[in-house]
Amino acid sequence: MKPAPFKSAVRQALNEAWSKGGGLVLPLAFFFGVGMLVPFGVGMGSEVLTQVSSGVVWIALVVSSFVTLERLYQADLDDGVLDLRIQEAQPLAEYALAKTLAHWLVSGLPIALVSPLLGIMLQMPEEILPLASLCYGLGSLGFFSWGGFGAALSASVRRGGLLIALIILPLYVPTLLFGVLTLATFGTDQMIVNFTFLLATTIFALAICPFATSFALRMTAD
Amino acid sequence: MTVSKPLIPVVGIIGLVCVLFSTWQGLFVVRPEMYQGDAARIMFVHVPMAWLAMAAYALMALASFIWFIWRHEVADLAAKSIAPLGALSTGLCLATGSIWGKPTWGTWFQWDDPRLVSVLVMFFLYLGYMALRNAMDTHQRAARAGAILAMVGVINVPIIKFSVDIWSSLHQDASVLRLDGPAMPAEYLVPLLIGALGYTLVFGCLTLMLMRTEIYARRTEAIILQRLDLR
Repeated sequence: MKPAPFKSAVRQALNEAWSKGGGLVLPLAFFFGVGMLVPFGVGMGSEVLTQVSSGVVWIALVVSSFVTLERLYQADLDDGVLDLRIQEAQPLAEYALAKTLAHWLVSGLPIALVSPLLGIMLQMPEEILPLASLCYGLGSLGFFSWGGFGAALSASVRRGGLLIALIILPLYVPTLLFGVLTLATFGTDQMIVNFTFLLATTIFALAICPFATSFALRMTAD
Repeated sequence: MTVSKPLIPVVGIIGLVCVLFSTWQGLFVVRPEMYQGDAARIMFVHVPMAWLAMAAYALMALASFIWFIWRHEVADLAAKSIAPLGALSTGLCLATGSIWGKPTWGTWFQWDDPRLVSVLVMFFLYLGYMALRNAMDTHQRAARAGAILAMVGVINVPIIKFSVDIWSSLHQDASVLRLDGPAMPAEYLVPLLIGALGYTLVFGCLTLMLMRTEIYARRTEAIILQRLDLR
């Protein structure tokens, strides 16, 4: 893999996220917003919150991954960057992977890093927090891989945000379930098994999505 | 088109006869099931729908694959026509499952039954496929996007199934009445199989009809475009 196009794709994505303002802050704010609504919905009792907190943060993560997906490839499609990328000798899958990683660095990793904060607010047991943060990081990498695929498929559709969400929701299920299970079985023998499966689904997504995305991007650019 | 025109009534009528036979057997002939009583009679609709829900998705993905490799337009028409019918049978499978679950399990929806949850996820796969095709501006683009999504989806179906199985095994203590335990007596099995065959034939007949409709629609479109060009 030659580093230059890969690096330039990552740099471009990071620049966009910084320069357009909201790119970094919006998903974070949304993540906390969803988390904030939960006590209103299920009640403020500590026992209830402790029971649902890790799952609620997973849902908040899933929902906030939708926020930025719509624009992921649309900007590249509109200003012709995508056509240039397709004409390059470099495989398109590499570009897709770079976009996914950059997107995750900007929108997924920050959420995983601040997730203990929301966890504490939602009465998550403190000993879980480090592992939970790791799981959210891994899970969001899987989510953004599938999300990138959905975004590439519907990049030519105006206001395709809801469409992307509908397409990729079923694909999120394995990663989400093993993520939830890892935290639910914390401290038991099953935890490591479930964590391995979480890892496996994330790696699977990372392996398959760049190629699926590259097919989708060719379709979109035609 | 010349083959499908006489084929449609033949397949449809044989299918309908099979469906009517299995429904008649299921409702009036077979004895009430030992534990569930009359509630088990819904099996004669539910099981064929579950089978069709799975088979239709596999078929849709196969048709998408054939279209993607060989660009055979009929394969795309098949995939496009199977989708709403597959979604319909998935929806009916969920609905009849709920109606069956209420008297036997005591709830409309049981999250610890992995089959139920998998079918629910499957339903969303169908919805996403149809919504994506619908949103595309040209037939060509809809075909390509749909084919890619169906192929990626079918790779994921076993993984989704596996994860739901593991997830629901955590709550396995609830007593769930399962029909697949003891071998099913022939009295049930024969009408059930005939019913499954019948619903499959009806499904095939409806798919052919939808495909023909789509072909006519595209011809009309082509004629309209031609007329517009001439002016």
